[in-house]
Amino acid sequence: MTTSRTFDDVAGAALPAPPERESDANLLAAKVVPRRRPGQWAAAAVVLVLVAMVVNTLITNPRFQWDVVAAYFTEASILRGLLLTVWLTAAVMACGYLLGIVLAVMRLSSNPVLRMISFGYVWLIRSVPPLVQLLFWYELASLYPQLSLGIPFGPSFVTVPTAHLFTGLLAAFVGLMLDVGAFSAEIIRGGLLAVEKGQTEAAQSLGLSGRRIFRRIVLPQAMPAIIPASGNLLIGMLKATAIVSVIAVQDLLYSAQLIYNQNFLIIPLLLVATIWYIVLTTLLSIGQYFVERHYARGSARGGGGPGFWQIIRGNLPLFGRTTPAGLS
Amino acid sequence: MTAAPLLRIRGLRKSFGSNVVLDGVDLDVAESAVTVLLGPSGSGKSTLLRCINHLEKLDAGFVEVGGEIIGYRYDRHRLHELSPSAATRQRARIGMVFQQFNLFPHMTVLENIVEAPIAVARKPRNEAVAQARELLDQVGLAGREDSYPRQMSGGQQQRVAIARALAMEPRLMLFDEPTSALDPELVGDVLAVMKDLAVSGMTMVVVTHEIGFAREVADSVVFLDGGRILESGPPDEVLAHPRNDRARAFLTAVL
Repeated sequence: MTTSRTFDDVAGAALPAPPERESDANLLAAKVVPRRRPGQWAAAAVVLVLVAMVVNTLITNPRFQWDVVAAYFTEASILRGLLLTVWLTAAVMACGYLLGIVLAVMRLSSNPVLRMISFGYVWLIRSVPPLVQLLFWYELASLYPQLSLGIPFGPSFVTVPTAHLFTGLLAAFVGLMLDVGAFSAEIIRGGLLAVEKGQTEAAQSLGLSGRRIFRRIVLPQAMPAIIPASGNLLIGMLKATAIVSVIAVQDLLYSAQLIYNQNFLIIPLLLVATIWYIVLTTLLSIGQYFVERHYARGSARGGGGPGFWQIIRGNLPLFGRTTPAGLS
Repeated sequence: MTAAPLLRIRGLRKSFGSNVVLDGVDLDVAESAVTVLLGPSGSGKSTLLRCINHLEKLDAGFVEVGGEIIGYRYDRHRLHELSPSAATRQRARIGMVFQQFNLFPHMTVLENIVEAPIAVARKPRNEAVAQARELLDQVGLAGREDSYPRQMSGGQQQRVAIARALAMEPRLMLFDEPTSALDPELVGDVLAVMKDLAVSGMTMVVVTHEIGFAREVADSVVFLDGGRILESGPPDEVLAHPRNDRARAFLTAVL
């Protein structure tokens, strides 16, 4: 009877038997077990071993001379250099951002001359390496022996010899400030463009003045877009001030260099400067977090975002089974 | 209707590049009257509204509110555009409500409402706050002072926007499709607030597609197409018996 199988027989032979079905009660009582991730553990182990190796050489290699690092860490000239680095960065950023706001507003104005000047300035400054600019300002006396304030092609009112005016420190300040002006102008312009036009129109229809609209309505809304990039620029500038050591300004790095030029303890003194840069950058990152949180007022994320310690914990191994989050 | 109209528009022309948006518009709105502007999209309704408070510059013609030319000053056969501060002063008495609400998202509801009264009308803060609370009560949002706009529904945001405009004690209110961005179930609350406002005697110019609102509240309905007014009159006349073909086609489509 093999030739006359019924349809049911054929179907029954072709399909595997349905698996035995678990009862609903058992399924409901079951504990949910997340998928095992052995690869994650292996990757973590490899990385931890590498980290252990780095820590090991840091501690055991005597040529790091940690005792020397500790001895010079709070040396008076190092602290003076640190102070100069901090306030030069602060002054450069403050004045640079004022310049940046003016340039951004010029770029967005309806006046074609102002737009072109702003565009040209940003193009020129961004095209020249900051180190070259710095040297230019430092050598200004050979290009313009004296500076005069007066009417173009007409009489001048005030004349100052540049040799005394452009000390290394002033050249450093002016060069870096002009650089920050160009970069911050682009950051600010991007932030201002991110604010909807309707906001300005609503403020205008209420009779608010142009200046107040900018200060109270547009700028605060541009801030969330401006701050992350500005934090980057600030931290970058903190470290970029180290280039002033080439024109003999006694910042953090140059102070360290002056010491190791005498005692040849190069690596430990570079470590002193490095650790101070890390400390400052860390403080700035923490500050940035709180500024960002302040300007998130009223946004969908406002208040609902992860807290400061949550972010720290989330990024620590062993503690963090939460999703890693960044300080951005 | 013997008194001069509060809003007078004559010969208004406006184009964007080669695109003529308003092609000679004349319009009168009497004190305390509600005028609804109807028309297909691109017919120039919103541009007309924006010309009334000088958010757009004019190519020809003029807009007069309370006998004062808006945005320009006549001097020896020329209309000179006003300085931004003078235009700002005129705008303060013309309230505007936008389709997208345009509340300031970084300010609470209360801060949104008191900003202009304090900064522009120079009201003492406590007076401005007291007035803001009254206005919030009037639009049915008492107690929501400290909310941020994004924590509210679209209908609530639009009612805050109306309260914000009213805080400047305007003599004319402009509404630019105030319910078009709302979920259908939220439209009613906003229209109810607008109806109360109309009943209280506010002069209003409303761009909307809510034919029911036009029929019930408007004193006159204006139908625009291609930058011209094709038909205007009392709502039962224009809405029920339009004489113009295009107006009839439009109304059949939206009703």
